[in-house]
Amino acid sequence: MMYYSRLRLLGVAGICLIGVLLCLPNFLRSPAPSLPWRQIHLGLDLRGGSYLLLQLDLKSLEHDRLQSLQDQARQTLLDRSLGYRDFARDDASASLSFMPRSDAERDAALKAMQSLPPVVPNEFTTSEKDGRIVLTLQHDAMLARAREAVAQSIEIVRRRIDATGAIDPSIAREGDDRIVVELPGVSDPERIKSLLGTTARLTFRLLAPNPSVASPGSTMLEDESVHTQVAVQDHVDVDGTDLTNAGAVIDQQSGGWAVTFQLNSAGATAFGNVTRANVGKRFAIVLDNKVIEAPNIISPITAGNGQITGGFDARSASDLALLLRAGALPAPLSVMEQRTIGPSLGAASIHAGVISLLTGLLLVIVFMVLFYGRFGLYADVALFANLILMVAILSLFQATLTLPGMAGMLLTLGMAVDANILINERIREEVKRGRAPLQALQAGFDRATSTIIDSNATAFLAHVMLFVFGTGPVRNFALTITIGIVTTLFTTLLLSRLLVVRWYALARPKELPV
Amino acid sequence: MLSRPLFRFVRDDRRINFMRGRHMGLIVSAVLSIASVILFFQPGLKLGLDFRGGIIVEAQTPGPADFGKLRAALDHAGIHPDAVQAFGSPRDVRISINAPEGADREAQTQKLVDGVKSAISAAEPGTQVLRADAVGASVSSELFRDGLLALGFSLAMILIYIWVRFEREFAISAVVTLILDLTKTIGFLAITRFEFDLVMVAALLTILGYSTNDKVVVYDRIRENLRKYRTMPLRELLDLSINETLNRTLGTSMTVFLAALPLALFGGSTLTGFATVMLFGIVVGTSSSIFIAAPLLLLMGEKRLRKETEAG
Repeated sequence: MMYYSRLRLLGVAGICLIGVLLCLPNFLRSPAPSLPWRQIHLGLDLRGGSYLLLQLDLKSLEHDRLQSLQDQARQTLLDRSLGYRDFARDDASASLSFMPRSDAERDAALKAMQSLPPVVPNEFTTSEKDGRIVLTLQHDAMLARAREAVAQSIEIVRRRIDATGAIDPSIAREGDDRIVVELPGVSDPERIKSLLGTTARLTFRLLAPNPSVASPGSTMLEDESVHTQVAVQDHVDVDGTDLTNAGAVIDQQSGGWAVTFQLNSAGATAFGNVTRANVGKRFAIVLDNKVIEAPNIISPITAGNGQITGGFDARSASDLALLLRAGALPAPLSVMEQRTIGPSLGAASIHAGVISLLTGLLLVIVFMVLFYGRFGLYADVALFANLILMVAILSLFQATLTLPGMAGMLLTLGMAVDANILINERIREEVKRGRAPLQALQAGFDRATSTIIDSNATAFLAHVMLFVFGTGPVRNFALTITIGIVTTLFTTLLLSRLLVVRWYALARPKELPV
Repeated sequence: MLSRPLFRFVRDDRRINFMRGRHMGLIVSAVLSIASVILFFQPGLKLGLDFRGGIIVEAQTPGPADFGKLRAALDHAGIHPDAVQAFGSPRDVRISINAPEGADREAQTQKLVDGVKSAISAAEPGTQVLRADAVGASVSSELFRDGLLALGFSLAMILIYIWVRFEREFAISAVVTLILDLTKTIGFLAITRFEFDLVMVAALLTILGYSTNDKVVVYDRIRENLRKYRTMPLRELLDLSINETLNRTLGTSMTVFLAALPLALFGGSTLTGFATVMLFGIVVGTSSSIFIAAPLLLLMGEKRLRKETEAG
């Protein structure tokens, strides 16, 4: 088909024009904020910044739930005056078990356990084994819970990072239990790492009757204010989830830094009840299993506000207040991978990358003209259009461009040149076989098309696989190539063909320049 | 000037008898690949941070780096790096530490990187950290597994596609050739001691993609000629097909080579390794299209391919 309809002509020209327009936001400032100004994001390797891979500790999530379930179970048995002994918790099998006081109470105890409210549907099963009542957490329910916890953690991580003033952070889930945090421009992520590494679970609990030895229902915890171990009851009276606000202040009495907090009405009521019933006893403020301080309750506190003084300095007090405001993580996060690229290195890589890409492009352009004359020049135009369209599509998706991505672009250009070479060689063969110019062009394009499609389809499939299964740089590389293959097919099969056809229609040559 | 190409690699009517050298080609290729596999085990690849785990901190000191002072500062902080070395300018220092062993190693790794940073900036105030990477051991093994998985799936996809579009013999010869290419590239990596990391996996994949492309084009011509010359012996037909596509094969290799050359020469530390390996891959991929992929086809399909086309 050596005739291009006007519509087709306009279509090809239109796509190229749209490509140019879509590229513009990468080079110009947005004239009005209302315009959709989509552009390519530079990867951290090009603009500098920090990358953190965080993993949520799902084991501890299970452990916490087991502990709170045990707490609830005990309370329910107590409320219904059912006796029990030997209440055991087994983290390995994610189960709780106890022995009812007597056989007569077994059914009632079992019923009481079945009445416990699950956090997610079908969270645990109750059964009897060797006379003991067993509660087992279900794997599927825990998975659902884990997914929820990751989503919740992402939200909290976002709040914490936003509070530090980091610009344009990206926070995303990866796999089942991981979170990727990218912080452009942050070259020292230590503070953010320590903020994210803190669970910030604040609880208020009474000390055990005898604070120097652990007894059932209590755990020895480190008291950071005096560096000794104290026994703190496992039962949580008031929890950090009831906090509505927190702030860093200077303590009026000591002159040191302190953190004030405000509880919601439910928290205030609970706080009031506990402090009223336990005047004279010690009330521990526990953050992530460490006792910050354990003051004596002098008088009931009913207003729902209080102050934590635990040897803070300005930084640690404001960080704690920030963490309390942002909320506690459902489980501890740990950093698995950290990559920091200084801004100067990023600038150097982008410089080197761009210079060498352009040099490569220039070499290819010159080579094509030398090797194929006029048709080589058309191939170069197509090549340039290809580059523009690739940038346009990447901008449209607001994709991230990294160094391997740039290398992918380079390979795409190589493959695009290949398509043009295939066409030109074909045309040349047809001319050698004695065909007239028009027939040679026609046959050349038609025959090369199936080869081009075959070779590009193979590459397309291989790179889609890479995109699906690859990670990090490999993915970015595969993405640019996959996009590049599409633009290559367009520029070689439509655009360079159009150029050749237009030239032929205008010049009507007796001989082809091949 | 635009009216005619200024040069060609080979004259269009040149017929080189490639098949005569097929045994030689296959033997040389097999020997090189076996040697590469041996090199893969001994001395092995120099694994990069991605796959080995550990810490790398690259920093630029305000003046020429005083390595003794830096080592002493690290030692004082209780950090024992595996290497403190210069790279690039005399102000650039690279400190690398292998992943710690034992329980809690992930947390240890992360703690170490902060320790290194504060130790060097205390020793040399004004030091700029260019890059600080810490990869935990469990992450690195996952990255390695994922990288290989992606490679494997890509190869499988290529096999399936060629099988569907061509014939079984084509698919198998292509994948065998690709494996031969890949092993040689791995041998090249083992010799040159470039660090094998995720970027290198991308380089291997580029070579794979490029080499596949090359083979598909030659195979495409063979398929066409099988239909066109029904009585021509396969050996002659393969030679004809290779010769017909020779200018294209060399032309494409040349352009990709030219495009990658500047990256290898001045692409910066990350891209130099990538591009150098790619240049090697282009040479290997191009020669294997000519000397390996087609002879394998002759070896496997002498009877079958000819018979089938005659019947069909």
